[in-house]
Amino acid sequence: MELVKPAIGLLFWMVLAFSTLLFLLAKFAWKPILQSLKEREDSIDGALETARKTKEEMAQLRSGHEKLMAEARADRDTILKEAREIKDQIIAEAKTKASSEANDIVARAKEEINTQKRAAMAEIQKQVATFSVEIAEKLIRHELSNDDKQKALIAGFLKDVNQN
Amino acid sequence: MELKSLPLRPNSINLLSQIHAMHCNIKGFRLFPAFILAFAILFSSPLVKADSLSTSVAAPDSASVAAVQGEAMPKTEHPAEKSEKFNAGEMIIEHISDSHEWHIVGHLAIPLPIIIYNTQSGFSVFSSAHFEEGDYAGYRLVKNEIVAVNEDGTINEARTKSSFDISITKNVAALLISVSLLLFIFLSVASAYKKRAGMAPKGMQSFMEPIIMFIRDDIAKASIGPKYERFMPFLLTVFFFILINNLMGLIPFLPGGANLTGNIAVTMVLALFTFVITSYSATGSYWRHVIAMPGVPPWVLLILTPIEILGVFLRPFVLMVRLFANITGGHIIILSFISLIFIFGEMSTGLGLGASPVSLFFAIFMSCLELLVAFLQAYVFTLLSAIYFGSAVEEHHHEEHHHEEHAEGAHH
Repeated sequence: MELVKPAIGLLFWMVLAFSTLLFLLAKFAWKPILQSLKEREDSIDGALETARKTKEEMAQLRSGHEKLMAEARADRDTILKEAREIKDQIIAEAKTKASSEANDIVARAKEEINTQKRAAMAEIQKQVATFSVEIAEKLIRHELSNDDKQKALIAGFLKDVNQN
Repeated sequence: MELKSLPLRPNSINLLSQIHAMHCNIKGFRLFPAFILAFAILFSSPLVKADSLSTSVAAPDSASVAAVQGEAMPKTEHPAEKSEKFNAGEMIIEHISDSHEWHIVGHLAIPLPIIIYNTQSGFSVFSSAHFEEGDYAGYRLVKNEIVAVNEDGTINEARTKSSFDISITKNVAALLISVSLLLFIFLSVASAYKKRAGMAPKGMQSFMEPIIMFIRDDIAKASIGPKYERFMPFLLTVFFFILINNLMGLIPFLPGGANLTGNIAVTMVLALFTFVITSYSATGSYWRHVIAMPGVPPWVLLILTPIEILGVFLRPFVLMVRLFANITGGHIIILSFISLIFIFGEMSTGLGLGASPVSLFFAIFMSCLELLVAFLQAYVFTLLSAIYFGSAVEEHHHEEHHHEEHAEGAHH
């Protein structure tokens, strides 16, 4: 039965050696090993968590960006549209203004022409009157030699002038 | 060598392993020790009996065979009986037992220090080489056991009883070697962790890291739960201690060769540690469950409580026997296959040479299997220890309100 009978010496040494081994390994091996394993795991977890958060932030930023872009695009469109409207308006206004001014100018020109025409007519009448008086004077000087003839002649002239 | 006790020996182990098998929750391991020991009995008993049947002594002619046979033969106090018949049972028992010298080859052995403590005369320390010539300092070596002798050569029973043999035997020497090896490996791994903090593991560190992680995540965390951390040092130490000694036991020459984890004293101390740690860290609810399982009718408790109390002691006992039987059984099988060569060699040289390739093949096959068993048994011991720790620190939630929910508590 020596196989299943524990030897006292080996029991003694085993208790001593195993307790020492347990103590030394626990203190100088397992503690730092398990601690650094844990630290490494924590840092990996932390890094993964940070990466996940950064990704989320990036996604958020990107969606913000896109929103901004869309807004800017919409703004540009409205601004362009407004500008086009303003341009059309200006052109239309300019057109109406130009045509009215042209009308004014034409009207003024017509008036001027009429005025000039009237002035010219008055001048002509004045000239005609002057010529008539001069002619009449000449004639009168010529005819005044004879009274009768003078009177008939004056009447005749006056008749012509009135006809004019 | 008491021949009659040999068949008895494995039988008792067989019984123990059957007890353990009932408690072992991993089905695949149940039959293994029983199987190994059945094999061992089959091989060793006829070999022992063959001793009286055979008549001729075949002298092995090759030099190497002679050397190994020399190793196989017990180095006894009778050098005259050199051509003694090969005795397989004796050779196997000698190889798996402890010894006061470290046998190397043939008649070459390293003497080891003998330390004896006597309650009256104190310590006696001397080399085991002194026993070569017979008695020394009032002690005699009889079959690896030291007995006190009187000056006239008779055994002094009273002084033998008061003497304690705490010699550095082969197993103690192997124990010290493996402990230093473990310290060297894990202190250097720990320093690697300090030096390379936050960096990827390298070398030995990267070899050990997955094993440490496996013990932490799949054994400790899975079986103990959130309180696993304080049991980690013991679990890791016990795993690597068993593993390294199992592996060193498979090496057939010097730093290895000692059957340390197949020694009942070693496995007893390991199991004792598990038992002490379990009992020390056990919560009140663990003891309540042992003494009086809550929610169980009183008449059932009459049967259950003795079983539970027995279980508290049976569990470490089973741990002790399982490791011992598995490792010893494995060694016995390998040695049996090697013995076959010499058994056949004694019948005829040709038969011995013919049998050797077959024997070698089976011995190598068994060695490979033993490599697996070395890991498996280290794992099983650690896992079961963790499960026992887990049951000791487990919180029984139904207990607080089992008065109200009596029916529910009963089938928890």
